[in-house]
Amino acid sequence: MWRFVLRTVLQRLLLLLLISIISHLVIHLAPGQPSEVDPMNPMMKAVDIARIRASFHLDDPFYLQYLHWMRDLVFGDLKSFRDGLPVLPKIWDRFLNSAPLFLLTTLIVWTASFPTGIHAALRRGSLYDRSTTLVAYTLISVPGFFLSYLLILFVVRTFHLPVIGQHTFGTEHAPLIVRFMDRIWHLAIPSIMAALTGIAVLSRYVRAQMLEVIDQDYVRTARAKGLDEDHVVYGHALRNALLPFVTMFGFLLPGLISGSVIFEQIFAWPGLGLLGYEAILARDFPMILTLNFMAAALTLFGILLSDILYAVVDPRIRLE
Amino acid sequence: MSGAEPQATPLLSIRGLRVDFATDAGSVPAVRGVDLDIGISETVALVGESGCGKSVTAMSVMRLLTGRISAGSIRFGNTELQSLSEPEMRRIRGAQIGMVFQEPMTSLNPVLTIGKQIEEVLTLHQRLTSSAARAHAVELLKRVGIPSAERRASQYPHELSGGMKQRVMIAMAISCRPKLLIADEPTTALDVTIQAQIMDLLGSLQQELGMAVLLITHDLGVVAHFAERVAVMYAGKIVEQGAVRDIFKRAAHPYTRALLAALPDPLRTAARLEAIPGRVPLPRMLPAGCAFCARCKHVFEPCPGVLPELFPIAPGHSAACFLHDPRRAPSNVPCQ
Amino acid sequence: MTVPATPGRRAEAGVLPLDGAGVLVPAETPFRQVWRSFRKDRLAMAGLVVLAALLMLAVLGKLFTEWWVLFDPATVRLPDKLRPPFSIPSSSIGKELWPTLGLYPFGTDELGRNVFARMLQGSFVSLSVGVVAVSISLIIGITVGGVAGFYGQRKLGFVSVDTLLMRVTDVAVCFPTFFLILTVVALLPPNIYNIMIVIGITSWMGTARFVRAEFMALREQDFVTAARALGLSEGRIIFRHLMPNAMAPVLVSATIDVAHAILTESALSFLGFGVRPPFATWGNILADGRSYIFDAPWLFILPGGAILVVVLAFNLVGEGLRDAMNPKLRRRASG
Repeated sequence: MWRFVLRTVLQRLLLLLLISIISHLVIHLAPGQPSEVDPMNPMMKAVDIARIRASFHLDDPFYLQYLHWMRDLVFGDLKSFRDGLPVLPKIWDRFLNSAPLFLLTTLIVWTASFPTGIHAALRRGSLYDRSTTLVAYTLISVPGFFLSYLLILFVVRTFHLPVIGQHTFGTEHAPLIVRFMDRIWHLAIPSIMAALTGIAVLSRYVRAQMLEVIDQDYVRTARAKGLDEDHVVYGHALRNALLPFVTMFGFLLPGLISGSVIFEQIFAWPGLGLLGYEAILARDFPMILTLNFMAAALTLFGILLSDILYAVVDPRIRLE
Repeated sequence: MSGAEPQATPLLSIRGLRVDFATDAGSVPAVRGVDLDIGISETVALVGESGCGKSVTAMSVMRLLTGRISAGSIRFGNTELQSLSEPEMRRIRGAQIGMVFQEPMTSLNPVLTIGKQIEEVLTLHQRLTSSAARAHAVELLKRVGIPSAERRASQYPHELSGGMKQRVMIAMAISCRPKLLIADEPTTALDVTIQAQIMDLLGSLQQELGMAVLLITHDLGVVAHFAERVAVMYAGKIVEQGAVRDIFKRAAHPYTRALLAALPDPLRTAARLEAIPGRVPLPRMLPAGCAFCARCKHVFEPCPGVLPELFPIAPGHSAACFLHDPRRAPSNVPCQ
Repeated sequence: MTVPATPGRRAEAGVLPLDGAGVLVPAETPFRQVWRSFRKDRLAMAGLVVLAALLMLAVLGKLFTEWWVLFDPATVRLPDKLRPPFSIPSSSIGKELWPTLGLYPFGTDELGRNVFARMLQGSFVSLSVGVVAVSISLIIGITVGGVAGFYGQRKLGFVSVDTLLMRVTDVAVCFPTFFLILTVVALLPPNIYNIMIVIGITSWMGTARFVRAEFMALREQDFVTAARALGLSEGRIIFRHLMPNAMAPVLVSATIDVAHAILTESALSFLGFGVRPPFATWGNILADGRSYIFDAPWLFILPGGAILVVVLAFNLVGEGLRDAMNPKLRRRASG
């Protein structure tokens, strides 16, 4: 077990290194130059550009730039092109904003998907099954921002309540309870919107998995023992159907960074996705590269976590 | 045991059972009027090719069908199983009727330990405490011949061989000392050497517990050593039934004879194994009369159009073939 | 006797034991089987009808907005900006600028352009973004997966071909896809071809993985051994024997991927990195329309609804195909 973990971690680290090199290549081969950060800005003179280029080692050969980036990242003094502030604290700040949104979204997705999917599988072909199928496909097929805008339109017109941002403007001095409720409200709408597609996809998957399992011989055996239907479904079938979902916990992690760009943009939520988006707009290479690196690291870590979790829950899997 | 004749009050009595399956092409009959009795402690074999409806019959007894029982009655002791509510039926399954399936590989739940899967039945039907259930489960594993039973009880199914898994299935099925054990092709998926061991185990358990066994198989060879009575099924109907001796020595239905001729017999030198020409007709393309007539050597006028009933041949032995209809049979028909 | 026996039945039965009830049903071709099963799926059939209509619309769109300009998506009529659907041009519009039908079926946008004409043009562009991107991803995915699956055992120095290609795939999977697309699209000159290419080269990994799995399973099967024994060339084995068998899952995922690509394009448009003018896509009409959501909701709801319907159709057809091609599900459905 530990040997497996160690070997996998080493392999993953190697992959991570490769990924970071490729991301550098992608950025350096692209025609846009970071010195064009703000080409329209009349204050940006050739001297300034030269100064920026020098301070960020932009005239060094590619491998040196890569090493500089690596060293700065490790020692935590990587600085943003945009304002010269260190990258990591900025990412940390935004992470604190993203985390509640991400956690709530995940919570909603997982608690809503399982009952929906199981119910549909057990009543296969019923009106409930067919209508949830259609609703799920519709949610998968709708552009996320389209639905969000429709909801915003609806909420604003019907309830005259603001939904954008992290809190309502002008409530800074309201009592704590009001501020807290306001915060929850502002968190709820984006989470629900971001969760909808997830619920649709995951509940379909739960349904398929459940259908796969419910026809297995061991479910028939459980019935032949005289167990009641709840016990058969939840004690025997669901246990097996759940196995693949354990691995999905791992794959959720990278969603923390890249999964939320659209929704953070719509709801003006200053999280990691929005940070990345702004960095891309500003060609803030250190920021882009670092976020990209972190997303890849999270993905790799997620896969490792999945493998280990799978071995924990499925007695047939041995980590070799 | 004499066993040739069903006892006065049979343990299980199936009358006029019909089962239909809904398909795209409409409703298709899988079982078309089966009568079958099993006496207390009696061993009956239900024999036939795959798709003839023998497993469906067994699953109807357990009421675990995906199809629909459209007619008939199934009495277990003095209870009509069809009229029971689902909770009442659950008290019969696993407690009074145990079942062993064909595929030991997939019939055990892969994520639960073997011990747990046996204990579950005991705590459910016998209200044992979990420690008592554990002890009993280990006892049962020992009884079905699993070495180092304590250790095995905490293992998962994938750690056992196919034969071992089938022993576990048997332990589970007999755990509540059922009055009837249904064994649905219990050895088909196993190696030949293991097959004999499993059949021996079933035989000794039957003796020990005095339970009745309904053995479902396509292998007449297994039947000879194990069963007292045999019912041969073809295309959803029983075409011949009688004591094992009668069936093997005086098979009356052309289908039974063909099955026997297809059996390798080590004593008969230079035996030519005879394959039965053609195949079982699809349930939706059955002729109005005898379903076997398309493959039968002895077809004559009534066969394709009229459904033969079971004609008595000897006490406890009957066959659904017009060759044995005293009113119709042509005199020149060869009869063993 | 209820059913009269066929005359001469007895003689026949003796001669032809296979006749009558035991008759062999002519085997259906796999294609017909899939189609028979697919046709029963009402949602999938509805999706297919929508897709057929979309294809026609796209061709007509190309025809009427570029080659024989009945509907000009680029004509700016500032006095007529933000007119609701089915409104008639105001009198200040000169005869030469009048829209073809004498009205604006879908209204006009903030520059007074005919939304109907833009949607018509966009249907072709949106569909081709999806189809081209998926074609690129299929070409890469099938090549990588096919080579890894078929030639996987060959050694290149100290690693096998399979290991090498699958590690490459792993690397590709680890890139945060949408982020990567954004980065590249932001850095490259913004044009429609770059968007197609970027979506294509970031979405081939799934295809590669299951083509590999399919090839590895198939190459061990008897008919491939038989084909080798017959002395068939590798190319022939791959293209005549393996490819057709691996096509079913590829087709399913390709259908769903087109849906995904169309959504990605609209998301890119929303973030301002989408297809640039002069091309109109449903995605950028929708993205532009959001600024007028309170004043001119049709600019938002029409393209959004159109994307929804088309993507839904692709998804339903894909899922319908998956069900129809899955023999296990098919058997279950029939009994």
